[in-house]
Amino acid sequence: MKFAVLEFPGSNCDHDAVHVLGSVLKQKVDLVWHEQASLPKGVDCVVVPGGFSYGDYLRCGAVARFSPVMQAVQAHAKRGGLVWGICNGFQVLTESHLVPGALLRNKDLQFLCQDVYLRVERTDTHFTNRALLGQALRIPIAHGEGNYFCEPDTLKRMEDQRQIVFRYCDANGSLTDEANPNGSLGSIAGVLNAQGNVLGMMPHPERVSEEALGGTDGKVLFESALHALTTK
Amino acid sequence: MYLAKIHVSLKPSVLDPQGVAVSGALRHMGYKEVSTLRIGKALDLRLDDKGLSQAAAEKRVKEMCEKLLANTQIERYEFTVKKVKG
Repeated sequence: MKFAVLEFPGSNCDHDAVHVLGSVLKQKVDLVWHEQASLPKGVDCVVVPGGFSYGDYLRCGAVARFSPVMQAVQAHAKRGGLVWGICNGFQVLTESHLVPGALLRNKDLQFLCQDVYLRVERTDTHFTNRALLGQALRIPIAHGEGNYFCEPDTLKRMEDQRQIVFRYCDANGSLTDEANPNGSLGSIAGVLNAQGNVLGMMPHPERVSEEALGGTDGKVLFESALHALTTK
Repeated sequence: MYLAKIHVSLKPSVLDPQGVAVSGALRHMGYKEVSTLRIGKALDLRLDDKGLSQAAAEKRVKEMCEKLLANTQIERYEFTVKKVKG
């Protein structure tokens, strides 16, 4: 399977994603510079990585949305191709209207860099099919703007269409205020688009995909994407 | 030259934690009358007026706000456009 990882000025988790996909999962992976107007031929899944694209100027992800490569990503998503935004990548996807909602400043205004637990709300998706329903995955976050927000009617629509894939929880999988680090609406940590081929999430699975790095809870998501692509 | 003064702020329905923190600081300083504070962004945009009417300039600025300068899911914007000396 072939993956593409985008690279904007200010991206800083691009090589982590390339490492997991290339060295851990042994898949073909290309880094794609933001000025490229097309994706490499045969790309199955595009990863929009974490970082501070374009310095996070104006709003996180706002400028990246208009880069040439994002026009190609829009077309890829429209064709049903997989797109996976992580952290800043999630912000880019919300600004691009590829997934609903927006990411606001964390409720306590602090940049948060810590491990959190994510409850898997669905396992019938391209990105979670190797996880267990209700499983609490331990995955780190590192962001200043991860406070998920959307209007009540959007939230209702997302609930109805089962677009919420991850919620912040405690180690036992319970949703509590204390376990919601940034004040996200409904403890939302990751959402799908209505078609189910685009995922945005704030936590960093690429940072916990090897025992040597302290955990492998993130790897299950990469294995899920791979499984979805090899069995489609 | 046109000068567009644009003000972007979070919608009233969106919590502004920065505004809450700063208004708390003002109250601690003794300004007990402070009720709420919302923090926004001020953008000064200069536009070349060659071949651009006032109405067209306003239309273009509105477009820029809708497309990039504001995220209308969470923010609202207002602006004025005035003719100024280059």
